[in-house]
Amino acid sequence: MQKNKSLARLFVVPFGLWATIFIVLPLFFVLYSGLSDGAGHLTLANLSEIAAWEYAKSLLLSIGLALLSTAVCLALAYPLVLILRRVRYGRGAWIFVLFLLPLWMNSLLTTMAWQTILETHGVLNTLLTALGFSPVAWINTPAAIVIGMVYNFLPYMVLPLYVSVTRIDPSVIDAARDLGASFWQALRRVILPLSMPGIVSGCTMVFIPALTTFVISALLGGNKIMLIGNIIEQEFTAAYDWQIGSALSMVLMVFILLNLLLEVFSDSEGKGARQ
Amino acid sequence: MNKKSKGYLGLLVLFMYAPIFVLVAQSFNASRYRGTWAGFTLDWYRELFGSESILDAFWNTLSIGFTAALLATLLALLTALGMKCISKKGQVMLRGLANVPLLNADIVTGISLMLLFLGLGLRLGYDTILLAHIVICLPYALLCILPQVLATDDVLYEAALDLGAPPFTAFRKVVLPELYPGILSAFLLSFAMSADDFIVTYFTKGAGINTLTTEIYAELKVGIHPELYALSTLFFVSVIVLVGLLAMNFRVLRARTSKRRLA
Repeated sequence: MQKNKSLARLFVVPFGLWATIFIVLPLFFVLYSGLSDGAGHLTLANLSEIAAWEYAKSLLLSIGLALLSTAVCLALAYPLVLILRRVRYGRGAWIFVLFLLPLWMNSLLTTMAWQTILETHGVLNTLLTALGFSPVAWINTPAAIVIGMVYNFLPYMVLPLYVSVTRIDPSVIDAARDLGASFWQALRRVILPLSMPGIVSGCTMVFIPALTTFVISALLGGNKIMLIGNIIEQEFTAAYDWQIGSALSMVLMVFILLNLLLEVFSDSEGKGARQ
Repeated sequence: MNKKSKGYLGLLVLFMYAPIFVLVAQSFNASRYRGTWAGFTLDWYRELFGSESILDAFWNTLSIGFTAALLATLLALLTALGMKCISKKGQVMLRGLANVPLLNADIVTGISLMLLFLGLGLRLGYDTILLAHIVICLPYALLCILPQVLATDDVLYEAALDLGAPPFTAFRKVVLPELYPGILSAFLLSFAMSADDFIVTYFTKGAGINTLTTEIYAELKVGIHPELYALSTLFFVSVIVLVGLLAMNFRVLRARTSKRRLA
């Protein structure tokens, strides 16, 4: 058996090679491209160029909209998950399926459908006028982009939250209620802290795609609102300044690293609390 | 469930399904333009099966999705079996490495792979999309398979060996059946990830080839063909049918097991 085991260990070798070539090496290509000029000499010029206000402005806007979308997703998903916790058996499964089905629709098409809904003479404004309200300019505003982000990334918030909230032992909550805690007190002092790992991983899972998207902003922002993703996409496909595009990607990688650290940190903290 | 919860669920369902209703409605809309209703038609469904660019993109999506999911699942299975036999530290390291494409932003993954392929002198096309899709599917496949592999008990496998089974037969007859659910979900999830991916495909595809998502994006810029609404409606209906069949199957199974328990 010992021989078998050392043989089985070799099974990770193909993955090691694969990961080196297709996971690690590509990141070094980005670093090299971001830190060199067109002729291949190493330089920091790209980094000083992306410190310009136009890049900083779109980065700040991207961070703001991503934070807002993450907050809206959390606010929408948490009550949903609390409801699903109570109806977990039987009917709850159906409600869950109901929320997972739209995931199977192509996200480009659903985002385009939001365009149809939010347009100046779109579905929503037609409804509003029919009800006697004045139409609202939705399309090509940051609000439209946030709606698109929330629609696309809400499931990423629901799934980890659902897992962590349903994992809470119901008797813990019952005990809090028996000891006189109101619903809100039990929520704030028991359920919320115990579901913290789910909240953190849900937030990181929504924040990163929201921060880096270029599709949602292109479709619902009408190319007027430039997020950091749109700028990177254009550097690669329209402006052909790959060095700047890579340097901006490096900035995004910093955010991804920060997110990763946050998750690792909250995870180890959660484990400490359990012991 | 009280009224408040029901109302809240209703509003969320409305939010999730509003764009889908719009897409389905548009697939029956006689007007080519979004937002104007010009009467009911089935033309787009008829034209769907005559549109070469959409059918091409559809086949590309299917064949890339199938191949990428198959290869990612096989590699994940092999890796998971190997990971069971290495130290905890090595496991954590490999798992972290495997999760990089999952945690990384799609746009960074796409750009980094494009730079890699061009740096290695590859021509962007079908093969580079396939490689890129294996990269993004692998972490999901491993996520499905690894926990099951780590939970398997070596005792049964060793018993089979003691009874004279060659290692591969013992693996196929004893270990593999236990892993089937994980392998199946790894394959399905990988396929879904591949078929729905736009950003990574967009950067690694090169000119002259499209999957459904990149075809849709290209059309969005010049005016979309309503055939695509028809295609997505058909797709959505088939998913609903599939889920319905699975649920029925599940119910029959449960009824059977509870009957057996009573008997």
